[in-house]
Amino acid sequence: MIDAWSEPFILRALAAGIAVALVAAPLGCFVVWRRMAYFGDTLSHSALLGVALGVVLSLNPMLGVLIAAMLCGLLLLVLQRFGEFASDTILGILAHSTLATGVVVLSFFEQVRVDLFVYLFGDILAVAGGDLLWIALGAVVVLGALAALWRPLLATTVSPDLAQVEGVPVLAVRVAFILLLAVVVAVAMQIVGILLITALLIIPPATARRLAGSPVQMAVIAAGSAALSIVCGLAASLGWDTPAGPSMVVTAALLFVVTLLGSAAYAR
Amino acid sequence: MTPTDTTALVRLEGIEIAFDRRIVLRDVHCAVHPREILTLIGPNGAGKTTLVRVMLGLLRPRRGRVRRASGLRVGYVPQRLHIEPTLPLTVRDFLALGQRASRAACERALAEVGVGHLIASPVQHISGGEMQRVSLARALLREPDLLVLDEPGQGVDVVGQRELYRLIADLRNRRGCAVILVSHDLHLVMSATDRVICLNGHVCCAGEPHAVSNDPEYRRLFGPLADEVALYAHHHDHRHDVDGRIIEPERDG
Repeated sequence: MIDAWSEPFILRALAAGIAVALVAAPLGCFVVWRRMAYFGDTLSHSALLGVALGVVLSLNPMLGVLIAAMLCGLLLLVLQRFGEFASDTILGILAHSTLATGVVVLSFFEQVRVDLFVYLFGDILAVAGGDLLWIALGAVVVLGALAALWRPLLATTVSPDLAQVEGVPVLAVRVAFILLLAVVVAVAMQIVGILLITALLIIPPATARRLAGSPVQMAVIAAGSAALSIVCGLAASLGWDTPAGPSMVVTAALLFVVTLLGSAAYAR
Repeated sequence: MTPTDTTALVRLEGIEIAFDRRIVLRDVHCAVHPREILTLIGPNGAGKTTLVRVMLGLLRPRRGRVRRASGLRVGYVPQRLHIEPTLPLTVRDFLALGQRASRAACERALAEVGVGHLIASPVQHISGGEMQRVSLARALLREPDLLVLDEPGQGVDVVGQRELYRLIADLRNRRGCAVILVSHDLHLVMSATDRVICLNGHVCCAGEPHAVSNDPEYRRLFGPLADEVALYAHHHDHRHDVDGRIIEPERDG
């Protein structure tokens, strides 16, 4: 147990988990500020359709998920602009129909022996060297793009009308944000699984809210708390043989409760 | 753009707007000239905010043309802004979103609209009236040629509204920008505006405030209220700040 931490597969898991945490949390701040939790959920549900797509076209599953999540995100944008249904209805339809279609399509490929549990709840200990490379690349791209987009994205989040009058290309910013979310879904799937990706986007920013005095502070604190959740979750998984992804989310939730109680006590 | 420029800053020609099949604005022509204060009035649902959104480029008309002077800088103060409580944003951060601005520039802009003390406050902790002034400061930081205020008096009492209109007139005189105001409050805007457009799906009448208030179209639209308003003349002998506290008169020396 003590030398488990020097095993290469543990180190790879740790590196991949931290990389995902560092991008998911700052992007997740915008998900929280823009009230897009359900949107994030829908993108992650579409990931299973992406896995199926990967199997059918024999692509890397991460690439399949990326394509599916991007298409789903853009479709949502179009439907929300021109559709007559409320946003959450459209999200619900797309989230569940993509998930169900993914399961149905995968059921045709019994010889592939797709383990659904792995996709739904992640398998961080199976991260291979090639995966780690892709995850790191995705993380760098997302962080760089987010840094470049920060001001216009924040202005659009506060008031799209005001931002547009002030010359921000609001639609382009929105599309870019959705594409970045799709990248996060693709790289986070292996870490926490389809059903828990939104947790990684939402919980660390919620934890950071009480401690932060500015948007940048909130993003940094969220990234730190997300990375801490990854490390503790992995440790719990090694120590008690619990599934790693869910253990990380449980840790993140505990951190949230601690800051909530802490700030309540402080406010007295 | 020089103050003597006589061409319109924004000119609307034959604007038609429909939501679904309901026509909200029909054949609207109007123009905004440099340095003028133009007020759009009309009953609820008259299309005032819609017309402003067309001028701002936020809404594309089904018919008609919007011509803007090239390089026109617009400052916009929306009716109300809801900012998520989960977003930790101070007034200073909010100002810097519209325009990169130094702390000193932000302080100046806030002081100009009378809310200099708010610079470090979280935006969620300030009142609606204060938020409007903060939005006005954000618009001023852009050095606008045209300032657009949608229902600036909302959520502020009558006296506060008077203060606000006085401030807007001061800003026009000091900075030489044109101003578009949206209002459904008649007597308040009459004294603070150069020109009025009375809107009800189309332009009912337009012109100087007194001409409009005597126009039969206008009287038909507002009914007996129009007479009540014409009689209203309130003389206020002191001034209030944003929170309604009385401002001590300034003394010389």
